[in-house]
Amino acid sequence: MTATADATTPAGEVPSFEVTLRIRRMNPEGTSDHAAGEEYWEEFKIQAHATDRVLDALHKVKWDLDGSLAFRRSCAHGVCGSDAMRINARNRLACKTLLKDLNPAKPILIEPIKGLPVEKDLIVDMEPFFASYREIMPFLMTDGPAPERERLQTPAERERFEDTTKCIMCAACTSACPVFWTDGQFFGPQAIVGAHRFIFDSRDEGQWDRLEILNDKAGVWKCRTAFNCTEACPRGIEVTKAISEVKKALNTGEI
Amino acid sequence: MTLHEYDVVIVGAGGAGMRAALESSQRARTAVISKLYPTRSHTGAAQGGIAAALSNVEDDNAEWHTFDTVKGGDYLVDQDAAEILCTEAPQAVLDLENMGLPFNRTEDGHVDQRRFGGHTRNHGEAAVRRACYSADRTGHMILQTLYQQCIKQEVEFFNEFYVLELVLDKDPQAAGDDETVSVAGVVAYELATGEIHTFRAKSVLFATGGAGKVFKTTSNAHTLTGDGMAIAFNAGLPLEDMEFFQFHPTGLAGLGILLSEAARGEGGILRNSEGERFMERYAPTIKDLAPRDMVARAMANEVREGRGCGPHKDYVLLDLTHLEPAHIDAKLPDITEFARTYLGVEPYTEPVPVYPTAHYAMGGIPTTVHGEVLRNNTSKVNGLYAAGECACVSVHGANRLGTNSLLDLNVFGRRAGIAAAEHALATAEAAPLDESAAAPLIERVEKLRSTVGSSGSESIAALRKALQETMDRNAQVFRDEASLTTAQEVIADLQKRYADIAIHDRGQRYNTDLLEAMELGFLLELSAVVVLGALNRKESRGGHYREDFPTRDDENFMQHTMVYGEKDGLRLDYKPVVVTRYQPMERKY
Ligand SMILES: Cc1cc2nc3c(=O)[nH]c(=O)nc-3n(C[C@H](O)[C@H](O)[C@H](O)COP(=O)(O)OP(=O)(O)OC[C@H]3O[C@@H](n4cnc5c(N)ncnc54)[C@H](O)[C@@H]3O)c2cc1C
Ligand code: SF4
Ligand code: FES
Repeated sequence: MTATADATTPAGEVPSFEVTLRIRRMNPEGTSDHAAGEEYWEEFKIQAHATDRVLDALHKVKWDLDGSLAFRRSCAHGVCGSDAMRINARNRLACKTLLKDLNPAKPILIEPIKGLPVEKDLIVDMEPFFASYREIMPFLMTDGPAPERERLQTPAERERFEDTTKCIMCAACTSACPVFWTDGQFFGPQAIVGAHRFIFDSRDEGQWDRLEILNDKAGVWKCRTAFNCTEACPRGIEVTKAISEVKKALNTGEI
Repeated sequence: MTLHEYDVVIVGAGGAGMRAALESSQRARTAVISKLYPTRSHTGAAQGGIAAALSNVEDDNAEWHTFDTVKGGDYLVDQDAAEILCTEAPQAVLDLENMGLPFNRTEDGHVDQRRFGGHTRNHGEAAVRRACYSADRTGHMILQTLYQQCIKQEVEFFNEFYVLELVLDKDPQAAGDDETVSVAGVVAYELATGEIHTFRAKSVLFATGGAGKVFKTTSNAHTLTGDGMAIAFNAGLPLEDMEFFQFHPTGLAGLGILLSEAARGEGGILRNSEGERFMERYAPTIKDLAPRDMVARAMANEVREGRGCGPHKDYVLLDLTHLEPAHIDAKLPDITEFARTYLGVEPYTEPVPVYPTAHYAMGGIPTTVHGEVLRNNTSKVNGLYAAGECACVSVHGANRLGTNSLLDLNVFGRRAGIAAAEHALATAEAAPLDESAAAPLIERVEKLRSTVGSSGSESIAALRKALQETMDRNAQVFRDEASLTTAQEVIADLQKRYADIAIHDRGQRYNTDLLEAMELGFLLELSAVVVLGALNRKESRGGHYREDFPTRDDENFMQHTMVYGEKDGLRLDYKPVVVTRYQPMERKY
């Protein structure tokens, strides 16, 4: 089916262009044309502006053409991690991807992220992803009583793990990982990023507990350094580097 | 329909909700219900910092902070509450650090601090470094750290559950002052299944965040639709000071995405089309670091007087080009990336187009300093609490100072969490709540599903757009009797049309169409309250500026607005401001 929506901006404003979205859909309850659980492609044409993001385009579809289209979103500027999806076969945040950067002459392909069960359209079950994160004990662990003031940490010590504190748990990395797709046991890159953030924090004393978890069969050694995760990360985190730092700590016994 | 029972139910898993949960879950059986996964909450979008007079980099104290908060709030602040906020601030920040929050550090390893608008040394002498921060993602780090602690404490979450109704044991307005009105629980909708759940509890704590989506141009998330405020209001409770909305000066022009005030704290300068640093004219002492309401008005005024930039002369420029790129990367990495991603502007070399954006609701559900919700000026609702942006304590008065909200979440989230748990422990049994409590909601949901697609019905998106546009046009930085009356008429019309909305999605599972319809209902109700308060406040104070009444009128309006919903419409009332040591003065910077 192809449907169209009109630009809603007053005349004389920013010029608009037409974009076709090809969206991978699945309705768990079925529709008049599709069986429950059946996956299919559907095309929509919309009018877009130069500053529009893929998320704006999805909203145009949902708000003007088909209210049943399901996707998650909240902040709309790349900080909440709700809307990771496959856009033209790459994992990205819909709210951080400008249409004009995608060659609007061709249909834009939009699919749910891979490796997690699809619930409806672009919504996947995130629970296995969060469960892996919880496994690595993602909280500061210290011995002894709480200090009276702050624990001291120099800017250089903080710098050591700054990169991995930026993670917004969008799952773009984990769901871009070929090992994760095929091996249901693998924690995936995000959990390793989450562990890295504490292992290299000078205040933390639970490093070795966490490293032991990552040394496990579901842990870091499954990583084949495909670099997909680093490319996928919308926060620019050097995921592969973080993973190799964890591997190195395990190999050398030094942090 | 499933019935759950807890000692304490917390609605919302942002900064306030999770800070409360950490206290409550240590003491009593607690459930946290959230329409988003906790880490998706908009606290994660907060950038610049959290205020506390730690004196880590220069001399500072809680009394100066209190004074700034009261003055910044244009004297509508309840001063007893502000004093608590500022006195408990250092401990709140140290608690976060001890939980693991990676604050930026001074060379000797202490929490670093920077300047922020309206925070001054010794009652206005000069800007003071009071904001503790983690680059320009302080809120992200707070949200992550609190979530991590919740994992550690095994807090029980109900994620992607939308609370849609609050149940009290009697009508809070019909009950006399000598009667006790108690909370019974909440009714929620599970996104994944469409199932309705009732949660019976001895204590219920609302921490549902802001309502920025009342406006079109906003720094707020799509999901910030003021649910908690509207749900309390629908249960017969008043809302306080809703006409006070903060318009943050530096939203990306045309988009509303926020560029933190930290950009100016680190040395950024606002300029008009003539390249002039115009804030020198409006606030000679602290210039670009004047409080937000003043800067936003100054910007809107520059544009109005023809000194705006760009093809339509409809924005001003935030100039960071004189800062070292390395400094920008260290202190403002995220917001400069927003400028690159969304406007294609390189802040190292080009000034960034900015314009005020709807940012923060100063008003909300009225509470005491323990987070207890009030049903009128003096009586509390037994077992009901609120904290964070949805609440009005009131520590922000008519205009919130930057970095005081993250502080508010932590100080009053903590207090409310403790109070809710202690109340539950002291209560033998929750007020009765059975399956029938869910009936009205089930009926509403079924009706919405069955009117699907019927011709001639109204579209959610069209009504929402009309609402947001009228609010931007008529109730934004500048307001007057005529514009507000127009807004009132438009809202009344939209409310009528709302009765006739249609949704497309008939499904039970992940029916976000249905929930957007519910959220629109909340937005419409709140807009009417905002506009009524604004129409009746015939003065200008903080974020509320009336062109027809451009000065502050302490004689008639140094009081909080209270709006009640009644059968035949809205009822307006007032509540005295608590003044302890600071008498109102003219606000000059
Ligand atoms: C871009 C931006 C930058 C900011 N920067 C700063 C800053 O530097 N310093 C500062 O002090 N303040 C800042 N603020 C303000 C501050 O971040 C917010 O006021 C604060 O984070 C609100 O926190 P909260 O816990 O009240 O709500 P939120 O974090 O918004 O959380 C609301 C929670 O309620 C849940 N919820 C809502 N409705 C329902 C429902 N119906 N059923 C179930 N759950 C529901 C949501 O799922 C969410 O978990 C900023 C705000 C923005 C928008
Ligand atoms: S590491 Fe990057 S891609 Fe992976 S979850 Fe975190 S933010 Fe997303
Ligand atoms: S909607 Fe928040 S990251 Fe895209």
